Amino acid sequence: MFHVWVYLQTSPLLGLCATLLAWQGACWLDGKVGHKAWSNPVILSIVALTALLLLTHTSYRSYFAGGRYIQFLLGPATVALAVPMYANLQTMKRNWLPILASVTAGSLVASLSAMTIAQWLGAPREVVISMGPKSVTTPIAMAIAQNLGGQPSLAAVFVLLTGVIGTIVAMIVFAAARIVDWRARGLAAGTAAHGLATARMLSINQTAGAFGGLALGLNGLLTSIFVPLLVRWLHF
Amino acid sequence: MVDAFSLLLLCQLAGTVISQAAGLPIPGAVLGLVLLLVVLIIRRGPSPALHSTASGLLKNLGLLFVPAGVGVVNELHVLRDNALAIAVAIPVSTILGLVVTGWVMQFMARGEA
Repeated sequence: MFHVWVYLQTSPLLGLCATLLAWQGACWLDGKVGHKAWSNPVILSIVALTALLLLTHTSYRSYFAGGRYIQFLLGPATVALAVPMYANLQTMKRNWLPILASVTAGSLVASLSAMTIAQWLGAPREVVISMGPKSVTTPIAMAIAQNLGGQPSLAAVFVLLTGVIGTIVAMIVFAAARIVDWRARGLAAGTAAHGLATARMLSINQTAGAFGGLALGLNGLLTSIFVPLLVRWLHF
Repeated sequence: MVDAFSLLLLCQLAGTVISQAAGLPIPGAVLGLVLLLVVLIIRRGPSPALHSTASGLLKNLGLLFVPAGVGVVNELHVLRDNALAIAVAIPVSTILGLVVTGWVMQFMARGEA
């Protein structure tokens, strides 16, 4: 039995199957409890798999031998965001200036405040840099962090934390700041807390969901231009 | 389905080639997104196959985040050492991002729906 285990640890099958099973289990549980903020399938899967690796003393490297096949699909999935963006092209054209201005402002404020606060509170450069792209979708954030000398896996964790926090606080913040326009709410969710908050907005209001999708694509583009410039000019 | 997937990968490949050759800070997949958007504008919309492949991928977008997130297992000490910085910076910057984006949009797009 032991040699079977040793063999499997060197093959991608185990990591691949574990990830898919964890995901399906997490989705089942999420549906069962009625899509609560804490039952986000992404977080549940990560917690379950991390616990599994720690308990079985399996290294991340041997897990990732399988995990990377799933991660690879993030590239084509990012490209695929062009399809929902195209569907909103007319709305985009009509409101292009307010959209561009608000997403640019929100994107700069989110990146700059995250990096500044982290630096003030004594975080090392690697952590500060990895925090810059935290508001965009994981593949983009990881690529940006990697290019700037941050830690891609740390960036992925910050992206997730941002998404979960954004999903929980979004509606409370909108009420407190008197943001009542659904287009503005969607853009804000997509800009500040990417796909996780956008999915939540989509479940409440169609318009907000469409604007969220638009914002997350646009912010991905803006962040990959701005964060490297901010890091260079402000010497983070 | 295969041709739709090939189109997605080709856009990513072309984006990566452009990004690397020109030394741009923009990741190849993001440029690929822009290229596909241009293709869709020229072709006046996605084919049914591209539409279903794209929505299939995007419907399970969360799954694709999982392997990178499990990487936290190697970063637990970094998270512990910087717990305060992370616990303050992420919520504060996320709330600021929500408020600023929402206010600017609501102010500039007021009146017309």
